[in-house]
Amino acid sequence: MVHAIWIFMLTTGIITAMFNGRMENVSEAIFSGAEEAVTLCFGLISIMVFWLGIMNIARKSGLMDIFTKLLRPVAVRLFPDVPAGHPAMGYIMSNITANLMGLGNAATPMGIKAIKELKKLNGGKDEASRPMITLMALNTASLTLIPTTVIAIRMNYGSASPAEIVGTTIFATACSTIAALCIDRYFYFRRFRKRKEYS
Amino acid sequence: MSWISTVSLWILPLLLLTVLIHAAVKKIPAYDSFVEGGKDGFQLAISLIPYLVGMMVAISVFRASGAMELLLGSIKPFLIFIGVPADIVPLAFIRPISGAGALGMMSDLLAEHGPDSFIGRLASTMQGSTDTTLYVLTVYFGAAGIKYMGDALKVGLLADAAGVAASIIIVTIVFGS
Repeated sequence: MVHAIWIFMLTTGIITAMFNGRMENVSEAIFSGAEEAVTLCFGLISIMVFWLGIMNIARKSGLMDIFTKLLRPVAVRLFPDVPAGHPAMGYIMSNITANLMGLGNAATPMGIKAIKELKKLNGGKDEASRPMITLMALNTASLTLIPTTVIAIRMNYGSASPAEIVGTTIFATACSTIAALCIDRYFYFRRFRKRKEYS
Repeated sequence: MSWISTVSLWILPLLLLTVLIHAAVKKIPAYDSFVEGGKDGFQLAISLIPYLVGMMVAISVFRASGAMELLLGSIKPFLIFIGVPADIVPLAFIRPISGAGALGMMSDLLAEHGPDSFIGRLASTMQGSTDTTLYVLTVYFGAAGIKYMGDALKVGLLADAAGVAASIIIVTIVFGS
């Protein structure tokens, strides 16, 4: 599906430009898009190095295990396929907690680590396993308690009460997270049924 | 309000403090562990470059060519029909595709309508309540070398739609239109 979307965006973009005379903008967009992506990756280096370093300390000192134990009741329900003591669980839980606290840039490295551990758990296959899809569902819905960036922008535009949207944001994000989990479960059982029919 | 910004300023340093004190108590060589873990980070960030370049070039071509506007124009009547305010349609549409694009669009809406207007509040709620699905999937699966995403994209996009609907409903209930 990603392949289809990727090809769709590029081809329709170029074909549209043939008719409305925006070819110049398109040529520019190719290079500006590439440059933007590389800049983004370089920005990620500092964040990744720092957080993965800190996470490694927490893992070695056993802090992460304590943390995982605390959240075990929730984790086992969300990720029934991951053994409770598996290192993936520690990263998954730190990823979710970082998202909750609005620390988006700390959540990314932990999420990547979690996916890598889940890949090992899945025998190193290059296809997404069930817990990976659940974790992605949680991340794309981004359950947040404090939308820091939005509050900062509202402040910039002179809002009388920049934080008044915190309540509505929590409600909306809770809805999309619950929806994500339900849709994820639905797709999982659909796959499960299909596999059963074949075998 | 001030307490919220204080909390977000304090969270990170306090977290760091907890990790370091715990390491000191457990007598773990903290600095060595940090360096060892950090080495992965560089590799990871660099390995993301081809994935993000591919995706972001496609997105910027799609937007710059006007194809995005065409697509929006064709589905806009339908979205307005089911109750999405016309001004918010482009934001709802671009939010799952491009984080930077959505941020820019939300700022424009706040500038045009004012942050405390109905549209301003709705745009803020929408921006805060979901993440850029395409970016999240590209980064996470790209870095881990997952080629077949399965249902992940469908789940993410459907959840975004649910988030947009929830934002519109709750903002209408709380602030009125």
